[in-house]
Amino acid sequence: MSSAFRTGTGRATDWILLGATVVFSILWLLPIIWVVAMSLKPNAELMRSTAGFLPVPFTFDNYIGITKLATVPRWLMHSFVVAASMTAMVLIVSSLAGYAFARLDFPFKRTLFLLTLAGLMVPEQAVFIPLFTMFADWGMHNTHAALVMPRVAVPIGVFLMTQFFRAVPRELEEAAELDHASHFTIFRRIMLPLSVPALTTLGLFTFIFAWNDFLWPLVSATRADMFTVTVGLASIQGNFAFSEGLGSVMASAVFASLPIVILFLIFQRFIVAGVALGTGK
Amino acid sequence: MTRAGSSVTRAPGTAFLFLAPFLAVYAVFLVYPLFKGIWISLHDWELAGGYREYIGFLNYEDLWFDKLFWRTVRNTLLFVAMTVPTMTLLALVLALAVHGPGRVKSVLRSVFFLSSVFSVSVVTLIWSMVLSADQGLLVPLWDAMGIKPINFLGHPTLAMPSIALATLWWGVGLPMALFLAALGQIPQELYEAAELDHAPRFTVLRRITLPSIRHTVLLVVVLQIIGQFQIFGQVHLMTQGGPANRTRTMVQYIYDTGFRDWQVGYASAMAMALFVLMFGFSMLQLWLGRKGDEA
Repeated sequence: MSSAFRTGTGRATDWILLGATVVFSILWLLPIIWVVAMSLKPNAELMRSTAGFLPVPFTFDNYIGITKLATVPRWLMHSFVVAASMTAMVLIVSSLAGYAFARLDFPFKRTLFLLTLAGLMVPEQAVFIPLFTMFADWGMHNTHAALVMPRVAVPIGVFLMTQFFRAVPRELEEAAELDHASHFTIFRRIMLPLSVPALTTLGLFTFIFAWNDFLWPLVSATRADMFTVTVGLASIQGNFAFSEGLGSVMASAVFASLPIVILFLIFQRFIVAGVALGTGK
Repeated sequence: MTRAGSSVTRAPGTAFLFLAPFLAVYAVFLVYPLFKGIWISLHDWELAGGYREYIGFLNYEDLWFDKLFWRTVRNTLLFVAMTVPTMTLLALVLALAVHGPGRVKSVLRSVFFLSSVFSVSVVTLIWSMVLSADQGLLVPLWDAMGIKPINFLGHPTLAMPSIALATLWWGVGLPMALFLAALGQIPQELYEAAELDHAPRFTVLRRITLPSIRHTVLLVVVLQIIGQFQIFGQVHLMTQGGPANRTRTMVQYIYDTGFRDWQVGYASAMAMALFVLMFGFSMLQLWLGRKGDEA
């Protein structure tokens, strides 16, 4: 078994490199461990000293305080609704369009596909001000729809699904075509079940993107009761929070990150696989 | 249903139904706003009160003479220059280190990707604390060495590198995953031949691995340029652009002009300038990459 960075000079070097990487990974995790430790310490202790990677003296009060206040749980709820609906809509819209680009022929197909890819070049900063004025005209700021709708047409999603559908062997659909099945039936009964890996990857990246979306929710969701966790956590990073309730601030950050970390740990194997898919190899 | 011998079916009506949802959302929330943004940038357009007056290219002219704007351009370019090469290199080194079979490497892959799933406000919270001069992670270390703790984020020259460091920690996961995917696609025969020749490790890296993944290097560099040009959350939350505008970036200036000062006409002109700059740099990078391929 050979890999990209070894051969010849022996196993010892392999072990040394691996050991160095393990040490580096522990350093990498230290800020997280430290923050988790702080979230489990009393605020009074943190006023005295923030040093140490172990939660001694230990307390769970910071987390109990969060659930009592209901602010963070509400932010979490908004993030969930926004991320879940954005993910669902991106998957539907991208797979439908991907099927058309991969399997159907129609006028201006090439032009439309290039136009879709051109969207990759447009940064959100080039459109977020006009989007703000549009949603203001519609009186739709501080709604979930405002956070979701501008993120539903994802050029990379369409590209990914087109690439994936193109790679599906044509024979799988031929039997269905002989039975005069409609394109929608073929799409739903044959193509969608086959594309579960691609949909999982696209869905995972969309969910993480939605959860961490910052600039647009910052300008659109301006009422504290409509904050997503990302915007909410940004709002408590004032000096007051740092001096007074450091433990609760850290607990909020940990608590708010838990769902996305758990999601990542469950689905992580799709990330590298999906990236390979996306680069079109 | 007819097939013209190819792998696609001619069905314009059906195709339109499949494309309609995407095209509708794409047109309303991306194409139209892009043109509306250009339109807004040609106005003296205030967010509150609804004052707007067509002024042609006056916003762009003002921009040309705006010292703070050029300062943010310089800061942004500096940040891109700090992060893009280091991020690409770190991602490549980590990918080489954690590529391959085994439980340990699998855990290591997760560790280095883990920091990427945090939102920007969590990352800034963590790193503002880590770098804090009185409560920071390194304070015990400074104390032990008898050095006065450094206020990294308040330091004129250290603030930007500190933000770049937090950004590296946050962002290395995706480029690393891209490199891992590319490494997984290098044909094993290439390595087997090298092994027979007892080629030294570094020669294998230089002669086989790097040439095989050069397209991915280019992809990572372009994606990083696009991503890092948009730096906003880190400076907005960690330094608020300070000290003395040393870390104020273009997107932050756009945000402040549009949503603090409500001058969305001027902010839109800046947004267009950012768009052109990013586009230019990515094209330049692609062109250099192509040239490298031909050579």
